[in-house]
Amino acid sequence: MMDGSRAETAAQIERLLETEGETVAENLTDLNQGRYESVARLDEYDAYKSRARSIKADAIERLPELIETVRTAVEDNGGAVYLADDADDANRYIREVVQDENADTVVKSKSMTTEEIECNEALSAAGVSVWETDLGEFVLQVADESPSHIVVPAIHKSREAIAELFNEAFEPDEPLETPAELTAFARDHLGAKIRSADVGITGANFIAADTGTIALVTSEGNARKTVAVPDTQITVAGVEKLLPTLSDLQPFVELIGRSGTGQDITSYVSLFTPPVATPPVNFDGPETPIADDDRERSFHLVLIDNGRLDVRDDPQLRETLYCIRCSACLNSCANFQHVGGHAFGGETYSGGIATGWETTVNGIGSAASFNDLCTGCSRCVNQCPVEIDIPWINTVVRDRINRSGDADAFSFLVDPLVPDTQPDGLDPQKRFFGSFEWIATLASKTAPVSNWLPKLPGARSILERTLGIDRRRELPQFKRETLRSWFHARDGPALDTVRRTAVLYPDCYTNTVHVDRGKAAVRVLEALGVAVEMPAIRSSGRAPLSQGMIDTARQHANAVAADCIPLIEDGRDVVVIEPGELAMFRSEYAKLLDEERAESIATASYDLFEYIYGLLENGGDSTALAGPAEPVAYHAHCQQRTLGLESYTTAVLERLGFDVIESDVECCGMAGSFGYKSEYYDLSIDVGTALAEQFRTPATTDRTVVASGTSCTDQLDDLLERTPRHPIELLDPHTQNS
Amino acid sequence: MPTPLATFESSLQEVESSVTRTTPQSLEATLQAVIERPAVGVQLPFDTCSLADLDVNLHPTPRTLQSAVCGITTAVLGIATYGTLVLEATPTGSELSSLFPDHHVAVLRAADVVPDMETAFEHLSELVAAGRGDHVLATGPSATADMGSLVYGAHGPREVTVVLVEE
Repeated sequence: MMDGSRAETAAQIERLLETEGETVAENLTDLNQGRYESVARLDEYDAYKSRARSIKADAIERLPELIETVRTAVEDNGGAVYLADDADDANRYIREVVQDENADTVVKSKSMTTEEIECNEALSAAGVSVWETDLGEFVLQVADESPSHIVVPAIHKSREAIAELFNEAFEPDEPLETPAELTAFARDHLGAKIRSADVGITGANFIAADTGTIALVTSEGNARKTVAVPDTQITVAGVEKLLPTLSDLQPFVELIGRSGTGQDITSYVSLFTPPVATPPVNFDGPETPIADDDRERSFHLVLIDNGRLDVRDDPQLRETLYCIRCSACLNSCANFQHVGGHAFGGETYSGGIATGWETTVNGIGSAASFNDLCTGCSRCVNQCPVEIDIPWINTVVRDRINRSGDADAFSFLVDPLVPDTQPDGLDPQKRFFGSFEWIATLASKTAPVSNWLPKLPGARSILERTLGIDRRRELPQFKRETLRSWFHARDGPALDTVRRTAVLYPDCYTNTVHVDRGKAAVRVLEALGVAVEMPAIRSSGRAPLSQGMIDTARQHANAVAADCIPLIEDGRDVVVIEPGELAMFRSEYAKLLDEERAESIATASYDLFEYIYGLLENGGDSTALAGPAEPVAYHAHCQQRTLGLESYTTAVLERLGFDVIESDVECCGMAGSFGYKSEYYDLSIDVGTALAEQFRTPATTDRTVVASGTSCTDQLDDLLERTPRHPIELLDPHTQNS
Repeated sequence: MPTPLATFESSLQEVESSVTRTTPQSLEATLQAVIERPAVGVQLPFDTCSLADLDVNLHPTPRTLQSAVCGITTAVLGIATYGTLVLEATPTGSELSSLFPDHHVAVLRAADVVPDMETAFEHLSELVAAGRGDHVLATGPSATADMGSLVYGAHGPREVTVVLVEE
């Protein structure tokens, strides 16, 4: 039995997995693959990303000035600019414009910002008919549902579901069936609405402040018609859409379609400087030549603040405003791929960056409803065209949520275990998982009793009820003899020549649970002439960081720095087995430590296989290593891939003659503690099953399974009949000798 | 290295657009072969070709716009790497002719094909600064994937033909 809110979350996810999950997964896998292919075709992809980022950074820095620049430009062009404080203010202005035009019918092109301010509801309440002309938005309007994706709003709807919806709602003479029939029907239906519209409302993907030019990135042509036909245009946009100049648009035009739907460019990128030159079209006077229509066009640019200018002053969340809402962070997210935005989203926005958006515009309560779905796997980080550290934004907000809660009834259970300095309101589940180093130390000291205790009748039920640890998940088996105690008790070999001296970092997973991979790593490094040392070093802080416990993570980072930096300065390399720990050293420490210490640790630390690769490249003798034996199926770790390090494992294995097939899912779904949590167990298994299936194909089913991360290994162990190993175990000289 | 024009032609094929090369002298005959009626359009900047003579309505009403199956306009630029047309929205209603009919025929001087987006934006910045502020970067036909799979011809044209005029 879970506690109430966990049970609700679990039930919601289970329902979405059953109803929408399959369609969402199918569509998102295509978009994700499309993005990889499309960005690979752009030679200067990385350079454009950096340029796009610096343009956004500059624009947000100069935002107040750009608001005045665009006001002047639009007014000089004959339009009006209104800066709305919040949703009500914006809706009041829009309603007044619509009423001044005596408008009965308003047509809209797709705009998440109008979803944010609930513009349709405000206009409908004033008696105006509002029609969404984007076909996806139209489907949702007919179905009375909210978007499940910021770019492809009806991504959770299959063709069959749309056909059923239209046939029921419109009762056409012939039932609609094919995508072409559905499209033609919607086009005709909405064409009539556009022809009778008095006002057109659009969003904006970007606005060039110097000229007042609005960029609209679309494919259907509805935004063009929405602008062209009515004589009144209202464009609603967040203030962050302003870019300094028209030429600043170029890198964004190159990046946005690729990053979102995986199209090099969408069918239409409108660059309009309204009021537009096109004569309006009066379909009520069908015989008058259009060019003779002498109505003057009017244009209103409604810029929305709604929390944005405050978040601009928030150094941790400010980069949210760099977001161009391309959806790359949604599409590359394993959890999002399986549940979509109805679970992984707040009141308006969905996906990884939505935590930043919801905190900005709807408040932290909305962000709290889905923030835990970001596991920090970091797969979105390299996909973001403006290089926002999206997991960091999620972590910062999680930390703030932790501080906003009330003390939990079960806190007393965790209190004696974990001597941390976290706020009282922190959920005991988060505090438990965030304190894995202490748990592991205690459990190892008391093993095997600690491994038996949870097997006592009723024990798993208590763990589930109090800490939300799902009873279906196998728990780690802690070893009494840790890697460090083994290492220090043995007689290490005398090396003929010492090529390097390395600290093998005894992360607490390797030290207390997956001890065998640690032993193999020691023997492999020694066989390659490395003098291995294994001093006590604190855990990296990954576990508390992933629970949003930033202060605790920073304490770990400081302790690691105090332990490691003297060793590094003494010429030692730091070799790391667990990729999540290495990612702390290589990237997250930049957020937790001063630049000098972060740089020192980042530079001196190596992924185990990256290090072995370097040794072999520099004349290392591999003859003492085991292998090649059986062909292998390899799953790299998500954070390892983000750092671009997974290729070293494959390269070393192949160099030693192994035949390797790699998985290509974004994440195993376990993601540290995520898969243990009762509210997320089903989702974790759903995500993990996609990986497991890749290792059950005819080409992979007989292969030895290897994985780099503890989480990935545990997940694969739960889902496959074969027991996965760490790739270093394939090289272990001990195996060869025995 | 292929020329920008050759790149443009192959890009157009990748984005589901037809392309045909012609000369000012043959333009009228070329258009005669590609356009269907009823057609609407805007006057082309070639004195060798009169759309009115080709039975193209240059002064459409809302009704004739709505019933046209083909729209003929110029394109200001072609962007080689993308197969993109830069269509200017003019007071003569070029935007409407390129948007409402099922088939859009765009006439473009071969000399106006630029190699890449960066060059296109240099031209666009000049045009906008000169008061010609409304353009659409149009790449292939209108499309949607919102109804279960990719369909060409959503709210805009289903078919795009580019007529390249080499002078």
